[in-house]
Amino acid sequence: MSNQSSARPLFEASILRRALLDALRKLNPLQQLKNPVMFVVEVGAIMTSAILIRDVLSGGGTEFSFNLQITLWLWFTVLFANFAEAMAEGRGKAQADSLRKARKEMSARKRIGDREERIAASHLRLGDLVVCEAGDQIPGDGEVVEGIASVDESAITGESAPVIRESGGDRSAVTGGTRVLSDRIVVKITSEPGSTFLDRMIALVEGAKRQKTPNEIALTILLSGLTIVFLLAVVTLRAFTAYGEVESGIAQTTATLPVLIALLVCLIPTTIGGLLSAIGISGMDRMIQRNVLATSGRAVEAAGDIDVLLLDKTGTITLGNRMATTFHPAPNIAPDRLADAAQLSSLADETPEGRSVVVLAKEKFGLRGREIADLKAEFIPFTAQTRMSGVDFHAHDGQAPRSIRKGAADAVKQYIIAGGGRVPNEVNAIVDGIARNGGTPLVVSENADILGVIELKDIVKGGIKERFSQLRSMGIRTIMITGDNPLTAAAIAAEAGVDDFMAQATPEDKLRRIRKEQDDGHLVAMTGDGTNDAPALAQADVGVAMNTGTQAAREAGNMVDLDSDPTKLIEVVEIGKQLLMTRGALTTFSIANDVAKYFAILPALFGALYAANTGEAGPLAALNIMALHSPQSAILSATIFNALIIIALIPLALRGVNYRPMAAAQVLQRNLLIYGVGGLIIPFVGIKVIDMIIAAIGLA
Amino acid sequence: MTPLELLQLVAYFGLLIVLTPLLGGFMARIFAGKRTFLSPVLRPVEVITYRLTGVKADEEQDWRGYAVALVVFNVLGFFVVFGLQLAQGVLPLNPAGLPTVEATLAFNTATSFMTNTNWQSYAGETTLSYATQMLGLAVQNFVSAATGIAVVSALIRGLARRTAHTIGNFWVDLVRSTMYILLPLSLILALVLVSQGVMQNFSAPVEATTLTGVTQALPQGPAASQIAIKQLGTNGGGFFNVNSAHPFENPTPLSNFLQMLAILLIPAALTNTYGRMIGSQRQGWVIFAAMLIMLITGLSLMLVSEYSSNPVFGVAGVLEGKEVRFGITNSILWGAATTAASNGSVNAMQSSFTPLAGGIAMLNILLGEIIFGGVGAGLYGMLIFVIMTVFIAGLMVGRTPEYLGKKIEAREIQMAILAILLPSAAVLLMTALASVTEAGLSSRANVGPHGFSEILYAFASASNNNGSAFAGLNANTPFYNLLLGIAMWVGRFGVIIPVLAIAGSMVVKKTAPPSPGTFPTDGAVFAGLLIAIILIVGALTFFPALTLGPIVEHLLMAAGRSF
Repeated sequence: MSNQSSARPLFEASILRRALLDALRKLNPLQQLKNPVMFVVEVGAIMTSAILIRDVLSGGGTEFSFNLQITLWLWFTVLFANFAEAMAEGRGKAQADSLRKARKEMSARKRIGDREERIAASHLRLGDLVVCEAGDQIPGDGEVVEGIASVDESAITGESAPVIRESGGDRSAVTGGTRVLSDRIVVKITSEPGSTFLDRMIALVEGAKRQKTPNEIALTILLSGLTIVFLLAVVTLRAFTAYGEVESGIAQTTATLPVLIALLVCLIPTTIGGLLSAIGISGMDRMIQRNVLATSGRAVEAAGDIDVLLLDKTGTITLGNRMATTFHPAPNIAPDRLADAAQLSSLADETPEGRSVVVLAKEKFGLRGREIADLKAEFIPFTAQTRMSGVDFHAHDGQAPRSIRKGAADAVKQYIIAGGGRVPNEVNAIVDGIARNGGTPLVVSENADILGVIELKDIVKGGIKERFSQLRSMGIRTIMITGDNPLTAAAIAAEAGVDDFMAQATPEDKLRRIRKEQDDGHLVAMTGDGTNDAPALAQADVGVAMNTGTQAAREAGNMVDLDSDPTKLIEVVEIGKQLLMTRGALTTFSIANDVAKYFAILPALFGALYAANTGEAGPLAALNIMALHSPQSAILSATIFNALIIIALIPLALRGVNYRPMAAAQVLQRNLLIYGVGGLIIPFVGIKVIDMIIAAIGLA
Repeated sequence: MTPLELLQLVAYFGLLIVLTPLLGGFMARIFAGKRTFLSPVLRPVEVITYRLTGVKADEEQDWRGYAVALVVFNVLGFFVVFGLQLAQGVLPLNPAGLPTVEATLAFNTATSFMTNTNWQSYAGETTLSYATQMLGLAVQNFVSAATGIAVVSALIRGLARRTAHTIGNFWVDLVRSTMYILLPLSLILALVLVSQGVMQNFSAPVEATTLTGVTQALPQGPAASQIAIKQLGTNGGGFFNVNSAHPFENPTPLSNFLQMLAILLIPAALTNTYGRMIGSQRQGWVIFAAMLIMLITGLSLMLVSEYSSNPVFGVAGVLEGKEVRFGITNSILWGAATTAASNGSVNAMQSSFTPLAGGIAMLNILLGEIIFGGVGAGLYGMLIFVIMTVFIAGLMVGRTPEYLGKKIEAREIQMAILAILLPSAAVLLMTALASVTEAGLSSRANVGPHGFSEILYAFASASNNNGSAFAGLNANTPFYNLLLGIAMWVGRFGVIIPVLAIAGSMVVKKTAPPSPGTFPTDGAVFAGLLIAIILIVGALTFFPALTLGPIVEHLLMAAGRSF
């Protein structure tokens, strides 16, 4: 499972073997009933088989070899479709197998009061507390209620680097089957056995609980409707032929029941009918390949419809943290004095922002890092009340005491004014300028003087702007969510090229915004990890929860991203679109194919009618525009083509049609050309080629 | 074809294009309940009508309520016409003393006029009294057309409204369609027709002696009033048996031209009404364009086929069976327009067209009467195909298919399939039955493929509520009267009820605003796609049948054989 993120080869030997067997197993008519189109094909195959057996038993039947071939190809048609589905399922099953290994029988150390009891993991119930220490496997899904530990989640995510899990906050969820690497945690179990995350994941990838998605249902109705139309066309065709036979006095020997069944099978949309479920399963499979678990096929489908993305700024649009980029000294302050003070105040600051100040001081002014202990200084930590941090040097070695502060502009300014100092107007101007440009100003002071301002900036990820403009051309709006003030947010939004932003957004704001967009008819996707994201995740049409997030978030979303990468949302949308496109493309292809099949089979059926003399070609032989060898070879070629095209399209069904971000109008033109026009032309060529081969080897 | 005839074709389609937005805008105001220049006169009448009938005009119905009201009203209408025919012998306004109509014929005729089909198994002047014609048929000519308009207005509301529940009030739609649209237009057209010499009196037939010395009964009657609505309402049921080939129904080239224009006028204008009501006239024009392209393509093929040399006779442009007064072009244009527009009237006999021209006329009908089609019926039939097209092709852009921002889901597809399937099934199954049974075969006037075309055409015409006949087939037998009657019921309500169901399921949906990611339905690509889907679905369903009718006949004719 460790290589999960690398794509499985399309045709893996072990999957192939299993799929071949499954294809046979799926011949069970009860299973076929789920797929009306293929059910009709199977009934047709059974009927021709019965005719064949009757002919063998009665010794009659002049067309034995021909009927045998028709029968075989009808069975192949069913088998090929079964095989396609089995292949798609097989890829999931292979993944499920490796997941199952992580679920082998585990034991749990259940805590009851003060003592511990060793019980089987399968006996754990909701709310039980279990203790996990280094080396233990976590016995079930739960929430850390005590302690902090590093956990190896590679069984689930395929990512070998351990992650930190701790009580409280947004990193408290643990998954059954993962392993504690260090320290000790107490976990409160949040799922009943059999319905853990791992269990659900296995069920999902296996497709055990696969239900047809709304769009699949609608498409199945369409395909069934077309099947009925063609059933009517073929059934009545027998009567029309009879009329022609009576009127022209010529018996049309080719219009036998096996031929009519072959015509029906060729006309009904077997291509899409045979591949429909494979397309759906492999859509989910593609999500899994990218380490995203969708709770249902419905969610994958909805992803394709998304037209508004709510994206968290941090981690998605910008690199995780702000970086110090410039020192702006106050009037009459030497730049290196500011840099020195800024560095000193940040030495003990282990936050990425703090470190970036140290790095900047070193890069710009060659200031080396110093140890706080050597400086005999006192570190003043950041608090939410003071919104400042800093360092105090006591008077020593004849040096005057220094009190350096660094913090939010208004906090430091207040602090200075309270201490009797003065804030130069120039500093205010610098602070405003930085904020306007999307940066965060940190004011540095020493004693009663303001030394200057450190400019912290969000670094927008490379290439993200292009990504957003692609999305825009696909009709998807991006909305940046940030806790920043509106000024900062606007500047970053402009730099990243998002369509809109929400500044100082609270979880309630997010929820409200999603509802509003939905009321306007939009479909909204978002990512989230915190418990307070849960309502918004649940409200969104596609809610992707980060695997590092809380249990509540993971329950609320309809997808979980095992890599916890918020950028993945864009890929999720693309996979959804690709799934729908593949369905549409093959449906169009399937229907367009019928034109050629009519031109193969109708002349074969009607060719002799109204001939001037019996035995000669009748006027309708003119419809044989492909110049097929004989009526038998024409019917056989069409049937063979119809079966082979299913096999030929399995890779397309499993992989999905080529997807490029483009506007709908362009996508349509492109796909219409390939699958519509292509679907009209290809069968003419294919049937002709098969006919030439059949004629050459004398099959009909 | 002469340059003058070509000019006339250009004038015809030019006028149609010009009149579409004019009448379309007017009708949009009617359906929205807004004031028009007719309101000062008609509004009081309308209010009184509601008060007398107890209709609560401001209470809208959901789709089920709408459908129930519609079916009840139509079934009642059926029984009135049925009863009038059975009782006409004892009723007044029967100067010719015509007897009671035979039951299966009465069933067929009542169905025919109630369903806006206007298939006529009978000869009007020798079968129906003036009372039956005026109280029965003429009334149905109005209300069956108004029913079609009502259904399409309900469907449009279903598409245009967002997250609502009701789709209008059937009674109001019926009254307004009749009172503000059909009556005024008919009045104008009837007056113009009278000025051209169309009959409008209550006299008994006049005996006349012809030049060859034969005595002939010249039929009289209130023809003009019925002919106006017969064309405007895409009804087509002639006052006289030979329909618009009769000089009393269609006396001059001008009357011919105006009648042809009247046939397509309302169906064409409705596309614009549609566009206005959904807030994008462009969407309406795209549908109009798809219809026009199909009509003109079909017409061109028919004309080419007619003006090509006929191998059987060795001449081009055979006049037999055409409207000799107006020429081949006018006969063919009439044939194309009426078969496209669900109008059963004829000024020439389709049977006398070349096999290909007759085949295209038949295809026009078989596609489901959606090339302009019947009043209302054509547009709602077309919208069914629009929904199918959006569903099939819309997936290809990678989104759940949506039309006008509304998602097309299982329910809509189910209903759309039903609406396409039911009339097709009626055509195929009944044609199959008739082509292998003695009862079906004995009514043919010709053998071979031409005889087959006669049968196929009859069921196509009935199932799609067109009403025109191929001529030749003796349809006034219990077998045909009953089967064709059933086909008309299926073809009418088998489409209307699914359409209203779609209106009902669409009206509750949210509307997604358009974006570059939306499947565009207002451009040339969509119009082309729509035509392709219509042709493929239609052709795939009926290609075998057409092969054994017009196509083989054409090929045989090319070889110099005829039937």
